[in-house]
This record gives sequence, structure tokens and C-alpha cells, in this order.
Amino acid sequence: MNAAVTWLHTSPLTGLLLTLLAYRLAVSVNRRCRGNPLSNSVLVAVLLVVAALQIGGIRYDEYMQGARFIHLLLGPATVALAIPLYDNLARLKRAGGALALTLFGGGLIGIVSGTVLGRAMGLPRQAVLSLMPRSVTTPIAMGVAESIGGIPALAAALVILTGIVGAVMVRPLLYRFGLKDDRVLGFATGIAAHGVGTARAFQLSETAGAFAGLAMGLNGLLTPVLVPMLVGWLVA
Amino acid sequence: MLETLTWLIAYQVVGEVVCRGLGWPLPGPVLGMVLLFITLCVRRTIPDTLKRHVPGLLSHMSLLFVPVGVGVMAYRDLLTGYGWQLAAIVIVATAVTLLSSALLLHFLLARRQRTHARSAA
Repeated sequence: MNAAVTWLHTSPLTGLLLTLLAYRLAVSVNRRCRGNPLSNSVLVAVLLVVAALQIGGIRYDEYMQGARFIHLLLGPATVALAIPLYDNLARLKRAGGALALTLFGGGLIGIVSGTVLGRAMGLPRQAVLSLMPRSVTTPIAMGVAESIGGIPALAAALVILTGIVGAVMVRPLLYRFGLKDDRVLGFATGIAAHGVGTARAFQLSETAGAFAGLAMGLNGLLTPVLVPMLVGWLVA
Repeated sequence: MLETLTWLIAYQVVGEVVCRGLGWPLPGPVLGMVLLFITLCVRRTIPDTLKRHVPGLLSHMSLLFVPVGVGVMAYRDLLTGYGWQLAAIVIVATAVTLLSSALLLHFLLARRQRTHARSAA
């Protein structure tokens, strides 16, 4: 019996299976809730895994031994975004100028909004700095946070929270304002909520996903340039 | 599927090597995406294997974020001190960013359409 428990704790297969099962279940829950935004598949799957880890007494690093194989596929999936991007090339070209302006405005608001709120609520300087790059993908955000004196691990946590929050609210929020164009939905999600938002956009439509992927990639290039320029101005 | 993975991993590896080699502050996969995009533009077609398998892969992209999401748990201690403030800021700031980006793009696209309609008339 003990040998079995030890195997479950140490085998990478446990974390792998747990992640796949939790995601499978989360997709079913999402369908059962008729796509209710709060039943977002990432959110539900994460909560299920966390609950399972607590019940089973499994540590995060033990879980990650198996889950890292899934995590590893994020890179190739990011590369794969080139395909929907190419498929939508004609549409992207037609909207080029509008997209460039929106990217700049949205990227700027993404940085400024969190920073201003953080200062208004009297958060410590390091926490405010860690909020600045929260709209871009984790590796970029961690690098940016570190270079301006924030806490990379906190920045990573805020990035993921932002992604989940963005993925949950995109449809109810934008539909309420009558914004139903897939290009608009996708591009805004990619700017505000990076990869997690892009994954959500692909559930809405392939066009939304392509525009989200483009926005995510471009904001990933823009934010590391903007943040160091804004930091002295926003965070005294 | 194997061919698709080979394509994607190869482009990521090239992206990682170039970014690190030249000291660019860019994640390897993002450069890999740009390079694959350029390749497709030059080829003018999408290879069959990618056309067939990539949509399935991307429709389950959410799965790939589950491990990182669980990882936020590992940073729980960092969040406890100012937990609710940070959560509130993230919610409000993300809503503001989403909405302002979407409104801006909506307005710009609508304006462009009007000018096009006028020049056509």
C-alpha cells in the first residue's frame, strides 16, 4: 500500500493524468453551464487540480513533474499561432492602421491602469512595479518586472490572474456594449489578457483567435519598450 | 501529427537559439511564430499537415495554461498580504483595458468603413 502511495506521489504520470482529467471535466462543466463565463475551462480545471492536490497531499513540485509536459507544449502552440494569422492575412492587412493604433492605445492603458490603481490603493512600490507588465505573456512579464525592480514571481501570478479574469469577462463585458465583431473581441482580448485570453478567443471563433494571437504577440513586443519609459513617470 | 509537432518544435528551437544568441529580450516561441509566419508568406501555402492538425491543437490551448494556473498557488504567500487589493486592481484594470481597446478598434474600423463608402460613392 505504501509503495503504491509513494509511486503516485513521485510518478510524473500522476500530474499528467490529473491535469488531463481536470481539463476534460472542466470542458464538460462548461458545456453543462451552457458556456457561462464563470465556468471558464482554465479556471475550473485549475480549481479541480488544486483541490485534488490538497486532498492527496501532493506538493506543487511533485505535481509539476508530470504537468511540465503539458506546460512544455505552450511553446509549440505559440508558434502554431502563425497559421491562423496567415489564414487571416487579408483581413489583417485591411485593418492594419486601426490595429496598430489600438495596439498602442490598449497596450498603454494596460500598463497605466494597474499602476495608477495600485498607487491609489497605497500598495508598496514593489507590488506596483510588479503590476505594470501584467497584460503580457509570463516570460516577458517576469523579465520586465525584474528589470524595473518588481518581484518576478508576483508578476507571474498577476499575469495569470489577469489572463483568467480577461477570459472570463470578455464576452459578457463586450457584448453588453454591443461589441460583437470577432476581430474587435479577439484583438482586445489579446492586448488585455495575453495567451489565456487568446485560448478563450479560439473558443469564440478562429478569426477571434487569430486577431488575439496577433495582439498578444505585438503587445509582447511593445510592453517591454513602454514600461521602462513610463516607470519613472508613474512610480515616483 | 508527428510532422506538425516537428515543424512547430523546430521553429521554436530556432527562435530560442536566435533570441539567446543575439541577446534579444523576446521569448523564443514568439520569434518562432514570426519566423513560421514569414515562411508561410514566402511559400504562399500552408503545409497540409499544419492545416489539418493545428486547429485542433489551438482549440485546446486552454489546457496548456492549467499547470501555470496551478502554479499561482505556489505564489499564494506573495498574494496574501495585499490579496484582495491586488485581485480588485486586476479585475478593474483588465476590464478597463479590454473595454477601451475594443471601443477604440470598433470606432477606428467604423470610421474607415465610412470613408471607404464615401470614396466609393
